[in-house]
Amino acid sequence: MAAASNKPFRWHIGVFLAPAVLVYTAIMILPLFGTLQLSLFRSVEQVQTFVGLANFRTLFGDPNWSFNFWNALKNNVWFFIIHMVVQNPIGVMLAALLSSPKLRFTAFYRTAIFIPTILSFVIVGFAWKLILSPIWGVAPDLMWLVGLKSLFTPWLGKEQYALTALSLISVWQFVGIPMMLIYAALLSIPEEVIEAAECDGITGWSQFWKIKLPLILPAIGIISILTFVGNFNAFDLIYTAQGALAGPNYSTDILGTFLYRAFFGFQLQVGDPNMGATIATMMFLIILIGVCFYLFLVQRRLRRYQF
Amino acid sequence: MSKATASLPRTIGAHAILLTYTIIALFPVFVVVINSFKSRQAIFQQPLTPPTPKTFDLIGYTTVFGQGDFFLYFQNSMIVTVVSLFFVLLFGAMAAFALSEYRFRGNTLMGLYLALGIMIPIRLGTVAILQLMVASGLVNTLTALILVYTAQGLPLAIFILSEFMKGVSDDLKNAGRIDGLSEYTIFFRLVLPLVRPAMATVAVFTMIPIWNDLWFPLILAPSEATKTVTLGAQIFLGQFVTNWNAILAALSLAILPVLVLYLIFSRQLIRGITSGAVK
Repeated sequence: MAAASNKPFRWHIGVFLAPAVLVYTAIMILPLFGTLQLSLFRSVEQVQTFVGLANFRTLFGDPNWSFNFWNALKNNVWFFIIHMVVQNPIGVMLAALLSSPKLRFTAFYRTAIFIPTILSFVIVGFAWKLILSPIWGVAPDLMWLVGLKSLFTPWLGKEQYALTALSLISVWQFVGIPMMLIYAALLSIPEEVIEAAECDGITGWSQFWKIKLPLILPAIGIISILTFVGNFNAFDLIYTAQGALAGPNYSTDILGTFLYRAFFGFQLQVGDPNMGATIATMMFLIILIGVCFYLFLVQRRLRRYQF
Repeated sequence: MSKATASLPRTIGAHAILLTYTIIALFPVFVVVINSFKSRQAIFQQPLTPPTPKTFDLIGYTTVFGQGDFFLYFQNSMIVTVVSLFFVLLFGAMAAFALSEYRFRGNTLMGLYLALGIMIPIRLGTVAILQLMVASGLVNTLTALILVYTAQGLPLAIFILSEFMKGVSDDLKNAGRIDGLSEYTIFFRLVLPLVRPAMATVAVFTMIPIWNDLWFPLILAPSEATKTVTLGAQIFLGQFVTNWNAILAALSLAILPVLVLYLIFSRQLIRGITSGAVK
């Protein structure tokens, strides 16, 4: 062994690392920087020419582009807020219930509630489109059963409701992830802590709020940042349910669909890789700011308990 | 005893909430699948009842099999998923082994570099990825998709696998070294078999997003010969908007394989999440 560490160069380390590093660098890191770089160029008579920040000036200065960008960003923020206030609390609640001791059938509930998460966006988008469709009538029938039929409107077709409806569909699909991660965090709380709390007469809800919740805060932090990255990178659900135009009247347009339209063009608009790269750069900055905010401000303040 | 009786209402309440949510989670899937076996009239008249002998009809399925080339799409998806999975697991395990086993200069830095991809989505590089694929003539090939998905899956695979590999006993590896095994033999013969459960977990995590992805098939490989099931279903559904039988049948066909796979692997998946995904 001493001989191994005295060797000038341990080739095997390189051999083990090389394939992963090469593929990762060539297909992921270089294109990422390539995209950032493309946002500083513009195609002038088929030749890529350096134009500095001109693309960003177009994105923010040109009324058409800037309207679409701010609209997509605003919608994306709303999309994220709905996930944070609906998906994550429901996930925590389900996990808390699942982890209650001696509850039966938990494996069944866990498996069943996680099913939507494994389905593709195409299935989810279309299935909900059919269910909410006024032509088919599943949703109106159900609402009639509980006496709320008068409240039914074609949610996906109305500008003021479509985005919220789609966010809730996405929440429905992904609630399994916070549920599972929180469930894992709750299971890792040692018995002694819970027993000590019970000895002090802290049980039930107050036990959850005072003992368990502070202990699972780091897990909630991780889920929040995963939700953030996932939401600001979302595309598929909107595209399958509402198409690339993110209708009605762009009311469900988020950054992912906006990027797709700018890059490839749609109907009358001509595709422009450089503007696509500019939007991707903005998305990169937004995600980077979010991740840094989490790493440097949130994560450091969360107290971690070592057992 | 008193404790058990006191918690009875709470147990019932917990079951009630969990059951309600389970119904909410499964209802859309249930509605789609039962209606795919019904005649057009029955779909609209009684959408919520299961098919009866009178309303049972397979017209939707015959349309799907007659129109779309779903067998080919399915085959494409299988090839892309299995091959990418193979490379993610092989390359990921090798890199994870190097990072967790050897001390060398730049180890931590390399670990951070490879973990970057967990937080930054590969989609943001799409513009340049497409240019790269055009330049190398890989547009509309399954190879392009395999390369992208391999890169996409590696960061998380390396991260999870190196956590697990740190747990493999040093004595065992050193015993192997004393017996004159090469580092490669130690990795393939001793370490890999021991981390097989972790590999299964990573496999499930990697597989789901690859199988379900719409973005890269749409951009890198939209041609008829290379369509994946997800893209094929998306386009088929767009063309048959008014043929409800065909749509419901296509949706059911897309749901069932994933569902079966999930039910087989769900214990693995859940064990993987609950053991050390959150640290």
